[in-house]
Amino acid sequence: MKPPGEREPADGGTGLPGLRSWRAVYWFVAATFVLWAGLLTLLTRMFP
Amino acid sequence: MNALDYVILFVTLAGIAAYGTWRTRGRRDLQTYLRGAGHTPWIVIGLSVIATQASAITFLSTPGQGFESGLGFVQNYFGGPFAMIIVAAVFLPIFRRLDVYTAYEFLGRRFDGKTRLLGAALFLLQRGIGAGITIYAPAIVLSTVMGWPLDLTIVASGLVVIVYTVSGGSEAVNLTQKYQIGIIFAGMAAAFCVVLARLPSGLRVSDALAVAGGLHRLQAVDFSTDVHQRYTFWSGLLGGLFLQLAYFGTDQSQVQRYISGNSLRESRLGLMFHAVCKIPMQFFILLLGVLIFVFYQFAPPPVFFNRIAWDRAAAAGGGPNLRAFEGEFAAANTEKRRLIQRWMDARHAGDARAEAAARALVLAAGQRSEAVRAEAKAALKAADPAVETKDSDYVFITFILDQLPHGLIGLLVAVFFAAAMSSKAAELNALGSTTTVDLYRHVIRREEGDAHYVFASKCFTAFWGLVAIAFALFARMSENLIEAGNIVGSVFYGVPLALFLVAFFLKWIGGTAIFWAAIITQALIFVFYYSLSISYLWYNLIGCAICVALGIVLQAVIGANGPAARPAVTP
Repeated sequence: MKPPGEREPADGGTGLPGLRSWRAVYWFVAATFVLWAGLLTLLTRMFP
Repeated sequence: MNALDYVILFVTLAGIAAYGTWRTRGRRDLQTYLRGAGHTPWIVIGLSVIATQASAITFLSTPGQGFESGLGFVQNYFGGPFAMIIVAAVFLPIFRRLDVYTAYEFLGRRFDGKTRLLGAALFLLQRGIGAGITIYAPAIVLSTVMGWPLDLTIVASGLVVIVYTVSGGSEAVNLTQKYQIGIIFAGMAAAFCVVLARLPSGLRVSDALAVAGGLHRLQAVDFSTDVHQRYTFWSGLLGGLFLQLAYFGTDQSQVQRYISGNSLRESRLGLMFHAVCKIPMQFFILLLGVLIFVFYQFAPPPVFFNRIAWDRAAAAGGGPNLRAFEGEFAAANTEKRRLIQRWMDARHAGDARAEAAARALVLAAGQRSEAVRAEAKAALKAADPAVETKDSDYVFITFILDQLPHGLIGLLVAVFFAAAMSSKAAELNALGSTTTVDLYRHVIRREEGDAHYVFASKCFTAFWGLVAIAFALFARMSENLIEAGNIVGSVFYGVPLALFLVAFFLKWIGGTAIFWAAIITQALIFVFYYSLSISYLWYNLIGCAICVALGIVLQAVIGANGPAARPAVTP
C-alpha cells in the first residue's frame, strides 16, 4: 500500500512473463474459464 | 476422535490464533488496523480472498452436495472469473485512488451521505446474518457428530476469532488466513487421497467415474434455459456473474482483503489468482463428494447420515420401525452392489450390450434403495418431528470419522474450524470497519484521532462477534448450509451492486433518485423471494436491473427540479 499522500500510478505493468498488459491477463483468465467449461462439458458428455 | 486427534486439532487452531495475536499486537494507527500492514503480496491477497469466501460450510457441505446431486453446483461459480475481471479493471483502481477504508465511502463521495449509509446498512444487515450462518453451520454438524455441546462449540470457536481479530485487525486476519488456508488445502488433499485409496482394489479410476456417471453424478454442465432449474450454465454464468460481482465489488469483507495489497498490481494479481483457482477448487471439492458416493456403492452406507439423530429417535420409541428400515436398506444395497459388480465385469469384458443392460438394472436398484431411504426419513420425521431430514451435510464428516486414520481425523476437523475462523474473522473485521468508518466516524464522532477510532473499531468488532454468536445460538436453519448463505447473499446483493454500477457508469443519476430506487427495489425483492419459485441466483440480476431502471426513471422525474447529480468520480 502506498504511503499516505503519495499518488499511485493508474495502471502499471503486470510483471508477468508473456502477459505484459492487464488486457492480456484478463484474456488469459477468460481463456482459462473457457478451458474449464469445455473440460466439464466433455466430462458430462463422456459419462452421461 | 482420540487424544492424537484432539492434540492436532487444538495445537493447529490455537497455534495459528496465538501467532496472529502475538505478531500483530499493539497496532495503534487506523491505516494498519483497517487495511493491513501495507506490504501484503499478491499471493497472500489471493489466498486471503479464497479463505474469506470459502467458509467451513464450503468444506463440510459441498462434498455432501456432490454426494447427493453430483457436480452441477460447480456452475454456480461460472460467473466468477468475469466478475473478478470487472472488479480488477473498474472497482479496484477507484477504491485505491480514493484511498478509502470501506467501499461505502466511495458511495458517499459519488452520491451523498444517505446513499452511503444505505449501502453500509445493507452490508451490515446481510453480513451480520451471514456471520451468524458462518459460525452456526459447522457448529451444528460438528457438535452433533462429535457429541460436543452445541452452545459451547459456538461460543468457544466464536470467542477465539473475536480475540485475534479485535487484537490485530486486518493484518491479523491476513496473517492467520495464510496459515489457515494451508491447513485447509493439506487436509482436503489428504481426504481426497484417502477416498481414492478406500475404493475397491479392482476398481480403476475410470470405473469409478463410470459408476458415478452412470448414476447421474457427473453432470457438471447443463445448458438448459429453464429458469426454475437451480444450477444451469446460464444461471451460473449470468446470475453467478451478478452474485460474484456484488460480493467481490461491494461486500466490505472482500474489499478489505484486496485493497490491503502492496500496490494496485499486487491487488489485481491476487484477484486474478482467485479467478483462475476458484472453479477447479470447487470442482475438486465436489468430486471428492462424488467419489465418496462411489465409495458407498461398494461399502454399506448408513440409512441416514446424521446417525446421532437417527439413534436418538430409535431410542425414543421409533426403534422397531426404524431398525426395520435399516435391514431393508442394507438388503437393497447388497443387491445393488451385486448388480454393480456385474456391470463392471461387463465393462472389463468390453461387452457394451451387457454393460448397458447391467447399468439399467443398477439404476433401478438405486431407485429402490433411494425409495427405502425416503421412507426411512419419513418414519424418522414421524418419530421426531423436530429432526432435519436433509442429511447431506453429514456425509463428509461421517466418511472422515469412519474411514480416516487417527491424526488425519484431527486434521480434517481442524480444516473445518480453520475455514470457519478465517471467514468469520474477515466478516467481523469488515463489520467493525464499516460500523466505525461509515456510521461512527461519519455520523457520530467526526474529529477524533487514530487511537480513538482504533479503539472504537475494536469495540464494534467485538460487538459484531457477539451478535454473530447470539444469532448462531438461536438460529434454526433448514436449507443445505452452503445454499442458505448464498440465498441470503442473493436477496441482499442486487441493490448494492446497482448502487455501484450506477455510480461508475451512469453519471447523470444523483443520490436522491438512486436512494429511493434502492429502497423500493429491496422491498420488491423480498416480495419476489416469497412469491416466486425461480432459482435464487436470478435475484441478483433482477434486483440490480430493477434498481438501475428505477434510478433512471426517478432521476428523469425529479431531475429537473431536484438537486443535480454530483460530479462523477471516474474510473
